[in-house]
Amino acid sequence: MKLIKEQIPMKEQPPEVRKKNFEEVPLGYTKEEAILEASRCIQCPVHPCVSGCPVHVDIPAFIKAIKEDKLQSAIDIMNETNLLPGVTGRICPQEDQCQALCVVGKVGDPVSIGRLERYIADWEFNKNQGKKRVSISKIDPTGRSVALIGSGPASLSCSVDLVKMGYSATIFEAFHKGGGVLTYGIPEFRLPKRIVNYEICFLQELGVSFVFDFLVGRTATIEDLFKRGFSAVFIGSGAGAPQFMRIEGENLDGIYSANEYLTRVNLMKAFKFPEFDTPIKKGKRVAVIGGGNVAMDAARTSLRMGAEHVYLIYRRSRNEMPARVEEVVHAEEEGIEFMLLTNPVKYIGDEKGFVKQVECLRMTLGEEDASGRKRPVPIEGSEFRIDIDQAIVAIGTLPNPIISITTPGLSIGRQGEILADADGNTSIKGVFAGGDIVTGSATVITAMGAGRTAAASIDRYLKEGS
Amino acid sequence: MFKIVRKNILGPEIVQMEIEAKNIAPVAKPGQFVILIVHEKGERIPLTIADRDNDLITIVFQVVGKTTTLLAKLAEGDFLCNVVGPLGNPTDIETFGRVICVGGGIGIAPVYPIARALKKKGNEVISIIGYRSKDYVFWEEKIRSASHRVIVTTNDGSYGFKGFVTDALKEMLNEHIDRVFTIGPTIMMREVSKLTKERNIKTVASLNSLMVCGMGMCGTCRVRVGGETKFTCFDGPDFDGHLVDFDELIKRLDTYKEEERISLETLRKEIQI
Repeated sequence: MKLIKEQIPMKEQPPEVRKKNFEEVPLGYTKEEAILEASRCIQCPVHPCVSGCPVHVDIPAFIKAIKEDKLQSAIDIMNETNLLPGVTGRICPQEDQCQALCVVGKVGDPVSIGRLERYIADWEFNKNQGKKRVSISKIDPTGRSVALIGSGPASLSCSVDLVKMGYSATIFEAFHKGGGVLTYGIPEFRLPKRIVNYEICFLQELGVSFVFDFLVGRTATIEDLFKRGFSAVFIGSGAGAPQFMRIEGENLDGIYSANEYLTRVNLMKAFKFPEFDTPIKKGKRVAVIGGGNVAMDAARTSLRMGAEHVYLIYRRSRNEMPARVEEVVHAEEEGIEFMLLTNPVKYIGDEKGFVKQVECLRMTLGEEDASGRKRPVPIEGSEFRIDIDQAIVAIGTLPNPIISITTPGLSIGRQGEILADADGNTSIKGVFAGGDIVTGSATVITAMGAGRTAAASIDRYLKEGS
Repeated sequence: MFKIVRKNILGPEIVQMEIEAKNIAPVAKPGQFVILIVHEKGERIPLTIADRDNDLITIVFQVVGKTTTLLAKLAEGDFLCNVVGPLGNPTDIETFGRVICVGGGIGIAPVYPIARALKKKGNEVISIIGYRSKDYVFWEEKIRSASHRVIVTTNDGSYGFKGFVTDALKEMLNEHIDRVFTIGPTIMMREVSKLTKERNIKTVASLNSLMVCGMGMCGTCRVRVGGETKFTCFDGPDFDGHLVDFDELIKRLDTYKEEERISLETLRKEIQI
């Protein structure tokens, strides 16, 4: 059979339509499309894709099952290593991970592993009518409990493995809803909340307990958790502290961190104000600062909130943008106006304290910096102003410091990250950490991988350490 | 779920509630606050913890917008969807010497646990508490029990001294004062801080910024202190009153004035129907 060199495209909502709604953008593969795409995998013996995956999903095996239309066995293979394919199929940066190493990619497009992953996850979701009923083999309860801090991807994946091993797992979440960044950060049009809820309900069914409205560090310290009878603690509290540029006028009304803007919209449903009580400003001319996935999410969200112009201001060029290619393409298609090699230097406000302009400098690229990207250098005298009525700062987040400052003896790195070894061990015995709180802002799948690794370490610790 | 165990009306649109919060009450300290949600589509609002007793926390609030209107409608035995806390750093309570606690309006409630703790620590506590008029006076006895001297002011002179708390404070500052604590309307805290700055008396202001998360992840509550941006929920809520940019804070508090009006009007229409 002749190899199809191009990926089977996935149908999407047209840009003109989707930029006015919060519905998901890509619509998913049909069975025929999925089988055709699965047939592009040549089942090469080396399968480098697997080593490109942070949790080592058996990619050729699940794709083979799709090709043979054995979808239950495809999902079973997936669940061996990844219990959130509906999430990762949508938001993993596959082009930098599994697909980057695909052998087919050497002669044409790599196999669209992410889309196939999503296909089987959606198949399962529909089959179960939104309520997952998967029986996993649990060993006898060990009678020991583990506390997990934060309900984002790291804790979710860690908790599943712990429950499978016979531990009781309790997730403490400060917000009133679970999912962490999957819920407050990533917009509905990229990751429908029904998918996140589905996974959380599934975990609850497996026996994972969720305690909401509980901020570890304030409501109770890690030491208190041990006193309450937990035998080990996993910290998966993520990188939630927003960074600002510390430039003049940044506290003017109408300037948001991306976290605030997205939390208001996604978690608090401010896009349905006044049906929902949380307000948000609906900017007409919005500047979004940054070039990552969060910046794309914020820009595309503000478009859906009714903005007429959304300027994405990024200090380097398109090549250096850390965002997933798909997100950049979607943003461009929807009419986000990219202002590359541009950096804000100050905001100007009106007499009431609302932002009305941003002053920027043009940049040029210089030598490569420590990250391997070319360093942006300001062009002197190139100042210019843009009229705006809203700005969203999406220049990255740092690990949230609440736990580190309330846990004596916990070793912390220079950026506020918790220091943990490759197995997730921290400087305190019985305390483990993984995900963005350790690595700084990374990806959902990396956090899930770290959660799984930590679960294995916790198991070893509780068996040997006791 | 968080049960409303007791509810008292303290004055015009001023409501006190004692809420069951088993995880919060035993660990709450003076100066800390909670964030609560009144119903499923509700917003998150911060309220300072005014007292605690076993499993109960006390909050005192004034009905000003939609959320407080809905909250005030709840009765004893009703439940709140969500209460998270205690949030923020506790007030720094040490033996300072002679201290003044300046509370205004609804801010008088959170003054109480701070004054009590200061008194217990051996300070001479002078409390200056200001109300709009006699009808609005609440917790006077509690404040008296937590202070050595109390000066009550009302704007219209219908009870206690006529004038603002700052008028009373000005006189008091003729004595030797080691520290001032202030909680209340932002303008009041600004004026208190101005007065004490002239005499170089360290002043702690408990700020009431807008908030969403309460855990340092959103930055809604950012405030300029000594030229640096701080988060009220994480770095505060207490800050050096001489360093706070109150004018910026006042502007930020007004960000959603229009939305707050729409929200309240929509609610009033719904209630009428």
